[in-house]
Amino acid sequence: MPEPLLEVRDLRVHFPTEDGLVKAVDGVSFSLQPGETLGVVGESGSGKSVTFLTVMGLVTSDQAVIEGEVIFEGQDLLKLPKDEMRNIRGSKMSMVFQDPMTSLHPFYKVGYQIAEAILTHQSVGKKEAHEQSVEMLGRVGIPKPRERANQYPHEFSGGMRQRAMIAMALSLNPDMLIADEPTTALDVTVQAQILDLIDRLREEFNASVVIITHDLGVVAEHCDNIQVMYAGKIVEFGDRRDIYYGSHHPYTWGLLGSISRLDSASKERLQPIKGLPPSLIFVPPGCAFHPRCPYVFDRCRAEIPRLLPTDGHHASACHLTLSDKERIFNEEVMVRR
Amino acid sequence: MSVEVSEQVAPQPDATQGPLVRLRGVKKYFPITRGIIFQRRVGNVHAVDGVDLDIYPGETVGLVGETGCGKSTLARVIMRLYDATEGSIEFGGRDITHLKGRALRELRRNMQMIFQDPFASLNPRKTVGSIIGAPYRLHGTVPRNQIKSEVQQLMELVGLSPEHYNRYPHEFSGGQRQRIGVARSLALRPQLIVCDEPVSALDVSVQAQILNLLEDLQEEFNLTYLFIAHDLSVVKHVSDRVSVMYLGKIVEMAPGDTLYRTPKHPYTGALLSAVPIPDPDLSASKKRIILEGDVPSPIDPPSGCRFHPRCPNVQLPKCSDEEPELRPFHPGQVAACHFPLEDRAVMEAAGG
Repeated sequence: MPEPLLEVRDLRVHFPTEDGLVKAVDGVSFSLQPGETLGVVGESGSGKSVTFLTVMGLVTSDQAVIEGEVIFEGQDLLKLPKDEMRNIRGSKMSMVFQDPMTSLHPFYKVGYQIAEAILTHQSVGKKEAHEQSVEMLGRVGIPKPRERANQYPHEFSGGMRQRAMIAMALSLNPDMLIADEPTTALDVTVQAQILDLIDRLREEFNASVVIITHDLGVVAEHCDNIQVMYAGKIVEFGDRRDIYYGSHHPYTWGLLGSISRLDSASKERLQPIKGLPPSLIFVPPGCAFHPRCPYVFDRCRAEIPRLLPTDGHHASACHLTLSDKERIFNEEVMVRR
Repeated sequence: MSVEVSEQVAPQPDATQGPLVRLRGVKKYFPITRGIIFQRRVGNVHAVDGVDLDIYPGETVGLVGETGCGKSTLARVIMRLYDATEGSIEFGGRDITHLKGRALRELRRNMQMIFQDPFASLNPRKTVGSIIGAPYRLHGTVPRNQIKSEVQQLMELVGLSPEHYNRYPHEFSGGQRQRIGVARSLALRPQLIVCDEPVSALDVSVQAQILNLLEDLQEEFNLTYLFIAHDLSVVKHVSDRVSVMYLGKIVEMAPGDTLYRTPKHPYTGALLSAVPIPDPDLSASKKRIILEGDVPSPIDPPSGCRFHPRCPNVQLPKCSDEEPELRPFHPGQVAACHFPLEDRAVMEAAGG
């Protein structure tokens, strides 16, 4: 196996608040290979964004208690001084956020905002940085990039702004692009365009991509591997065939059952997960999912299940036996789809 | 009232009753003005540009389209939150296009709306009890001393705990807030509920809960829904009939399954192909039609068929010269296209 680009080992991010300690991320380990696309799926508050904000150095030890290791290209990012981290962020790893309406500054021209990132990290003149930003806008599929670079964000549509954000993120040719719900605020047609764009650029720039989303439907086509998170932990990990055709965790089943599918009969009832995600201050004992799990038994309430591999690198954190998991998936989950 | 069923209209779940809502040639233009002292009108935004639509009692009509196609404006015209520029709106057989004052307020009892953003549509300074109870106080349908118990019943109905009567919206999650919005819209036992992107802002797992709730309530109170969303899979899931809107016009309307199996308008085809399928093999085998660019400006819509600049099957000059009319195809299906899509055998096989 080649050296992973990113390796996260037993990461814990706990925020002290007046109400108690919020365990946003609680013992997460995974790795990302060069050129891989990883999907990170979970509901709001499952810790998926915080994990990658910490990797990016955007959650720091001033705000939270951070433990564990984040090894990126051989060095532990959590131990780096702030100015070195600042050099890596942007040039080697960058992030695209959910809301393209609020992540561009309304006061500056789009071209300038992209050029600013280039100027910060590379020793080039203003003119050349501007040229590069025009070129990037063209590469992400914005028509008439030269004119567009001189416009303000309010003159762009939502999809265009998200393209501009991606242009900004890729302008320094990073090794890793993290896209945090990149399409949630967009129309379905634009969503398809943006996901295809990310796919194409990953090949062109030979970067690793992380797509964070709450919708398992979105990542079916675009991710090599998928990790499902719940209450600050990874509950299932596998390649996309493992997840869609043989998942092993009741939470993943619930996510699959929640999706309205075009190819199911109209008005067929959805099978949502009961209840709400738990508070991250008072995480339920044992398996954090047990209060919402339809297959709960005594052991689930007492003992925290570990993330154990079943075959190859498919792993799940659930006390059900493998044969039970396979039976339930085939009889109850697959049938509905 | 004599019931006229035009040939455009699908066989209805209850066609004997006549439509609850009947729109004919509804247009809504927003003026664009220049100048500070003397405001000159320099153009119009053609937000809704000639829509005919019937909604029958007890059915769910879905309305789907991209941002800027006029679907929310149409909803607000039906709700009489905007005045229609042209055309007529009937509700329960009565013309309500120009209703004013007390009569309009009476009418609003029968039609309610659920909004997209559960974070912006609830007043943060009011308790949940007073938000849900507001319709009772405004319309005086329930004596004041009984409002609290009525509200608590409603809260239970939509899956909120009645003990949370005195809490504020910020104490609730997105899904729970949307339940508050649903409870508020139900308070006056309306006949019609217009749902404007009710689940777009929610997590998928919570979306499913809200969609199931809306279905249960429809059965219990015999509600009629107009369900608006940009995601065709959600719209198809809840709707009996789906209307596809593009730049202010309905370009296709059909029962959900017909629309999925045999779409006629290329725009519908493109919308269908953009929907992600949670099945990697199926989604890899699917042919994708990627639409280039954004919806054109509704200030100066394209000539002829409005979709022709983005259409993959465009045949000039007919498409840019002649505006296509809605015409019937399969039972219950109408579409406005000069060169409609063929019935796709592949889809038939996969869907059947």
